[in-house]
Amino acid sequence: MFGKLDWSAIPFSQPLPLITSFVLILIVIGLLILVTVKKWWPYLWHEWITSVDHKRIGVMYCLLGILMLIRGFADAIMMRTQQAVAIESAGYLTPEHYNQIFTAHGTIMILFGAMPLVLGFMNYLVPLQLGVRDVAFPTFNSVGFWLTASGALLVNVSLFIGEFARTGWLPYPPLSETTYTPGVGVDYYLWAVQISGIGTLITGINIVTTILKMRCRGMSYLRMPVFCWTALASCLLIVATFPILTAALAMLTLDRYADWNYFTNTAGGNPMMFVNLVWAWGHPEVYILVLPAFGIFSEIFSTFSGKPLFGYRSMVAATLFICIVSMLVWLHHFFTMGAGPAVNTFFGISSSIIAVGTGVKIYNWIFTMYGGRVRFEVPMLWSLGFIFTFIIGGLTGVLLAVPPADFLTHNSMFLVAHFHNVIVGGVVFALFAGLEYWFPKVFGFGLHPTWGKAAFWCAFVGFWVTFAPLYVLGLLGMTRRLQHINIPEWGPWLYVSLAGVGILILGVISQLTQLVVSIRDRDKLRDVTGDPWDGRSLEWATPSPPPFFNFAVMPNVEGEEAYWGIKLRAVETQQLAPEPKYEAIEMPLHSSVGFFTAFFTSVFGFAMVWHIWWMAILALVLAFAGFVVFAWRDKHEFEVPAEEVARVDRARRMAREAFLARLGEQGAVP
Amino acid sequence: MRFRQGGSRMGGLHFTRSALHRAYRGSVLGLAGIGLAACSGGVLDPLGPVGADGSKILINAAVIMLAIVIPTILLAFWIAWHFRASNRKAEYLPYWSYSGRIEAVVWSIPTLTVLFIAGEIWVGSHRLDPFRPLDSDLAPLEVQVVSLDWKWLFIYPQQRVASINHLVMPAGRPVHFSITSASVFNVFFVPQLGSMIYAMPGMVSQLHLQADNPAKTWGISAQFSGDGFSDMQFDVTSLASNDFDGWVAAARNGPTLDRTAYDGLLHQSHDVPPMTFGAVDPHLFHAVATQRIPPGPGPKPGAPPHAGREVTPAGKD
Ligand code: HEM
Ligand SMILES: [Cu+2]
Repeated sequence: MFGKLDWSAIPFSQPLPLITSFVLILIVIGLLILVTVKKWWPYLWHEWITSVDHKRIGVMYCLLGILMLIRGFADAIMMRTQQAVAIESAGYLTPEHYNQIFTAHGTIMILFGAMPLVLGFMNYLVPLQLGVRDVAFPTFNSVGFWLTASGALLVNVSLFIGEFARTGWLPYPPLSETTYTPGVGVDYYLWAVQISGIGTLITGINIVTTILKMRCRGMSYLRMPVFCWTALASCLLIVATFPILTAALAMLTLDRYADWNYFTNTAGGNPMMFVNLVWAWGHPEVYILVLPAFGIFSEIFSTFSGKPLFGYRSMVAATLFICIVSMLVWLHHFFTMGAGPAVNTFFGISSSIIAVGTGVKIYNWIFTMYGGRVRFEVPMLWSLGFIFTFIIGGLTGVLLAVPPADFLTHNSMFLVAHFHNVIVGGVVFALFAGLEYWFPKVFGFGLHPTWGKAAFWCAFVGFWVTFAPLYVLGLLGMTRRLQHINIPEWGPWLYVSLAGVGILILGVISQLTQLVVSIRDRDKLRDVTGDPWDGRSLEWATPSPPPFFNFAVMPNVEGEEAYWGIKLRAVETQQLAPEPKYEAIEMPLHSSVGFFTAFFTSVFGFAMVWHIWWMAILALVLAFAGFVVFAWRDKHEFEVPAEEVARVDRARRMAREAFLARLGEQGAVP
Repeated sequence: MRFRQGGSRMGGLHFTRSALHRAYRGSVLGLAGIGLAACSGGVLDPLGPVGADGSKILINAAVIMLAIVIPTILLAFWIAWHFRASNRKAEYLPYWSYSGRIEAVVWSIPTLTVLFIAGEIWVGSHRLDPFRPLDSDLAPLEVQVVSLDWKWLFIYPQQRVASINHLVMPAGRPVHFSITSASVFNVFFVPQLGSMIYAMPGMVSQLHLQADNPAKTWGISAQFSGDGFSDMQFDVTSLASNDFDGWVAAARNGPTLDRTAYDGLLHQSHDVPPMTFGAVDPHLFHAVATQRIPPGPGPKPGAPPHAGREVTPAGKD
């Protein structure tokens, strides 16, 4: 009836996961009760869960990402503690448990933490920056988000029903085949990643189409903000490479479920093929994450230097260059599989060539500050921290791309330090910079700067104290994923690293405090102008938060830095452009298709994990039926009457006029 | 669980040499001195030509890049600070966003750096190709390596002896390793000797290493291979030529590694103490590599203690 599932799947004998699950379940139940008591369900349902507004979906993506970052961080604390205490002793986590933790950490951080945040930023910003009212496929967008959430749910369910994979975040066969890993962990991994992967692909298609097809009048490609360029490059990579991941995991799934032999040890299976395929996705994946991060930094450097981005075209060229070359380097993840000198040389050189594109970007950011008036606001601190940290990460990346050097450092703590250097220093710093920067736009009030600065300094210092020792450990020969340590000389470095985690915890606390304090003081931190940072791209032309239709009339762009041009004219003439003639607007209707599809898909994934075939079939049918039934409607849009549009826009104009007058009094020059 | 005394095995024999190396490298790299002074026993403290060459390439590439990276970082912070909004003495160029000359420099600096690195990559990949025999007057010693769940088997086909978790090699003579796996992927890695390479089922990787002097060090697996992975560490001893012969002679007294004994090894076990076998079937390695002897069976079948959580022996200790 219930396949492999029975009560023993719940880890009653293991206090750690049991208590964690218990607390989590309590929190969820508490939230549900709160929402019910406060009668928030209708609001949540209509305004968020079934929303197809790209801004709402963007915010939900970010919320999901932040929750998962916290979960992943908890894993990280446990791992660093374990390695610090398990020196010539067993530590407090068994291998069985420790191995799940590092697997979950990698999977969650990359696929359910960083990815949703990056997708959330793209969702929120791209239509605003392009001067349009929504993405190309709004309902599809909601499906994509909910499928990602469904994957995240499955990963977290594995915490208290069964187990998660114990293979590393890329489950290399033959270890991940049923012979060596018979439990349900790998199956949880497979279904969670497959389901969220479809969601990611949907978003990728959506953003690519939006950028190619939906820019407002005058927004030619070479007038798009760099963030849109990086979003385009990133989503092109998603479209090109996520199918490879899907195919590779599908083959592994067939091996595990149907006894096929794509990657098995025996019967002609070829495990190296999996490694090839998975990295053909895996390397581009890191650029899917970091390219939008570059976009975020580009916006921030230019805004806080009070100058246009230096070398815009060169920046675009470097972005596309990285996008293409990043698909030609995957073999650097297995130089040590003995491909031979010619192959290793080719991939070594192609990998270091990526550093050219990255280097160009770094110089362009530096020269953006040249001749500027650099304001050290919180987003700018993150960006400067990024310059330092990312350059070092790039350096060690190129070292790893030199095959003979990689022969000494592959899979060592040196590698671990490298990729955290680029992912934390590049992607995570960008996400925090972006959260500080766009928060007032999204919620209408800014974040408290003092707590933001504290968070930055703790993260920056904490990062280096945590990860610098890992470089040393790597050079001392320590490999990654050790559950206990047999060489006592490594101890001191592991202690330092643990101390770094302590500083990082302070950073997380500051970040959360900042949020709480800012919500408390929201009236003081209110952004009335819609343009709190003196921005340059079109999202700052809208009020904060923007109305659901973004723009009352579609903007007409007349140059690079669309909003800067408009603002300049207003300041020069001391008045806004004349009031336009308002017309009614068609906006997409809310839809529950995403939620229902993803709900049944989660059930499907769970049933497949536990081999509950009847439930799997039923859920799959219902997911598909739900998709068809809810998507099948004759009316997709509703009309926003012209008066409503006019009312919203007049409020915006009033705020802007007041702003303008204030600027005039200060005698501000652009 | 038994924990090996990793640290005490190092040092001693090659103390002065490694101290010199340390001093030299510490000054070349110029990284925070604390970091490097502690690098004895790691990849920057090599015991043989492969490690020495590899670590030199690592350091050269790092120095080439630091030469450009350090000025860049300083420039970034200097510009940020000089052009701070409160510094009204700094020039404000609100429209300056293009300069063909700077663009040209900006593209050529990383390109040139990468050109240098590309040279290192090209030459290094060929010279340190793990399959390439080392230059030496002596014929290499053959060692066949099998990674098992969770221990290493070393077979000396010319001597017809074998050992578990203890690699013994003659000093000053190249060793040719043929490496395969009898279960999942592992990586054969002796940090102080140099290059690592994957051990993969159904395939044979080759690696040439040499220890210049008698020394003791350790090796490790660099690819996660399951619950017993953390103890896939092995002792490495390089001995003067006659000591090596002595070791072989002593090993001969050990038990025979026949099919039954090998089947025993195929089963999962972890933290296995070093031991030797006095006689080995000369075709054993070939049979393992071609999978005529099927690979290890994985965790013991049987009812798992938790549904969905099949636990292997190492998990319960
Ligand atoms: C400057 C350009 C870069 C170069 C040349 C480079 C090179 C490399 C190489 C050669 C490896 C494999 C090392 C090994 O397994 O032995 C590696 C691993 C890795 N890199 Fe980079 N990298 C660069 C930038 C980045 C960026 C920007 C990211 C992420 C945003 C990134 C994320 C990773 C990750 C996640 C891994 C490890 C994956 C794993 O084994 O689990 N790298 N990098
Ligand atoms: Cu890569």
